[in-house]
Amino acid sequence: MTPVLSVENLSVSMTNRDGDLVPVLENLSFNIDKGRTIALVGESGCGKSMTALAIMRLLPEGFVITGGRIVLDGEDLLAARPKRMRALRGDAMSMVFQEPMTALNPLYTVGDQIAEVLYYHRRLSRKDAAEQAVQFLKAVQIPAAEQRAKAYPHQMSGGMRQRVMIAMALACRPKLLIADEPTTALDVTVQAQIFDLLAQLQDETETAIVLITHDLGAVAELADEIAVLYAGRCIETGPAHEIAARPRHPYTRGLLGCVPHLAVGVAKPEVWTDLGEIPGMVPGLGNRGPDCAFLARCANASELCRSKPQPPLGHVEAGHAVSCWRAEEIAA
Amino acid sequence: MSTMESRLAMAQKPVPAVTKVPKAVSPARAALRQFMKSPSGVAGAVLLLVLIAGTIFGPWLHPVDPLDIVGMPFAPPDADALFGTDYLGRDVLAGLIYGGRATLTVGAVAALITIVIGVTVGALAGFFGGWVDALLVKISEFFQVLPPLLFAMVLVTLFGPKLSTITVAIGAVSWTSAARLTRAEFMRLRDLDFIKASRAAGAGNLHLILRVVLPNALPPIIVSATLAIGTAILFEGGLSFLGLGDPNTMSWGLMIGQNRNYVLDAWWAVTFPGAAIFLAVLAVSLVGDGVNDAVNPRLRRR
Repeated sequence: MTPVLSVENLSVSMTNRDGDLVPVLENLSFNIDKGRTIALVGESGCGKSMTALAIMRLLPEGFVITGGRIVLDGEDLLAARPKRMRALRGDAMSMVFQEPMTALNPLYTVGDQIAEVLYYHRRLSRKDAAEQAVQFLKAVQIPAAEQRAKAYPHQMSGGMRQRVMIAMALACRPKLLIADEPTTALDVTVQAQIFDLLAQLQDETETAIVLITHDLGAVAELADEIAVLYAGRCIETGPAHEIAARPRHPYTRGLLGCVPHLAVGVAKPEVWTDLGEIPGMVPGLGNRGPDCAFLARCANASELCRSKPQPPLGHVEAGHAVSCWRAEEIAA
Repeated sequence: MSTMESRLAMAQKPVPAVTKVPKAVSPARAALRQFMKSPSGVAGAVLLLVLIAGTIFGPWLHPVDPLDIVGMPFAPPDADALFGTDYLGRDVLAGLIYGGRATLTVGAVAALITIVIGVTVGALAGFFGGWVDALLVKISEFFQVLPPLLFAMVLVTLFGPKLSTITVAIGAVSWTSAARLTRAEFMRLRDLDFIKASRAAGAGNLHLILRVVLPNALPPIIVSATLAIGTAILFEGGLSFLGLGDPNTMSWGLMIGQNRNYVLDAWWAVTFPGAAIFLAVLAVSLVGDGVNDAVNPRLRRR
């Protein structure tokens, strides 16, 4: 089966003030099949959102794709003309943004905003589009959808707005949905509802999802595959359960160590454990050398690591690849 | 839709009890409501409507040609000529009625021209940025450094003192502030999330400019359009006062301009059109203020 989305050796650079190209994303590759979910995980500034925007071809001014291929359902997106891209956006691929509070136009009712997508891409009549918009609001479990369709965004809660965003994104039944930290701005209880909703809708629509998150709890819930990004480089990739159970890269291990685990009952003070942290910061743009980007923060770094450049992604098991010189030792 | 229907069947079960869905009020209606709460705005609107009604229905009540000589020059206000006659013996009241038509029309059309040019230039500059912005800003700066009254006088002198020329000249010299305002609004809105979301949903530039960004940029533009009417009326008065008005069309400015030498002998021929201009500009400013309060809640005085 050909994957819905295939990203091959994607590199993105930013033009800095002196006009030089600074790499933001280096040689990123991943595939997603129909109905599957890949999670792009990493700290802020790792290039997760830039990956999403590069796929949509909506990179901000000054950012350029310097290499690689992005193929959506057999079509090379980097070769597509602007008109074709506009036809694809919102139709074959769509995006849910992080901030539901600001991602809806305050001047139109939510029903109108969903209908607009259908009107534009599906050439439905205004009336049919409005009717379908109500159906979609029902599908994303908004109560009293008929009345809610006539509401303005400011009359809705964050969770409801994010449901509206999802309805809008799925209105044309896209092959690919990019969810850029869809729950970061929401309450924890609402987060779980949104993930459930995404999972349910995915079962029915068979949409492939690129989930961008730093919430590893979310990853466990929704993702089939994980790609861990660090400083614009993919440092570990593989099946979600495999990476969650046996992380190989010190960074991935560190990330997983940062997830709080709650035990039922009252913990005694002597068994309190500190939540893990990864000391230091992601190296800034332009400060990334050829050596392992995580070197400065890595607790496992050895002389070997310091003397060699960033290792290539090496397979440790079927489908599980790690970019670490000491992956074997760490696993042992 | 088959899967959506199954989704629908699922969705119907767990729907929680709906307590109350707030009633949707469109932003335009909310602004109108807010405007009706502003006493000065309503007063201005009423005054403006009275002035407009006077120029529309006046000729029926007072059927006198403003260019006809109806009596002795400088006849003071009396029963024959309610507001007196001017230096040629023309009826001042008829001048006010017909002149109001010209003045208010020039004001409205010139404001429209101002806004259309200004919004177009500002929207393109603010939305696209880069060299488009640089070029358009340079052009608008060129117009900004010209003294507006002198520039308008040059245009009117070149193309003849017709009402249409005057209107276009006023529009041509006053669009820059609307352009700057629109550009700033577009630059502020351009990078907001819902614009990005629209783009991600497939919207093209034209759609984004006209249907997404412009409606959100409208509040300050509406206010500036209203105030531009007042400015244009004053401008027309100024040009006519300087003798550059259309001599074949009576306007308030023309009346003041032609009678200004005789102000000590016949105060009425200058004072009444002057008061008319004052009231019209006051009315427009009050409306503009009310609109500002209504559409710009952040600037609302408490």
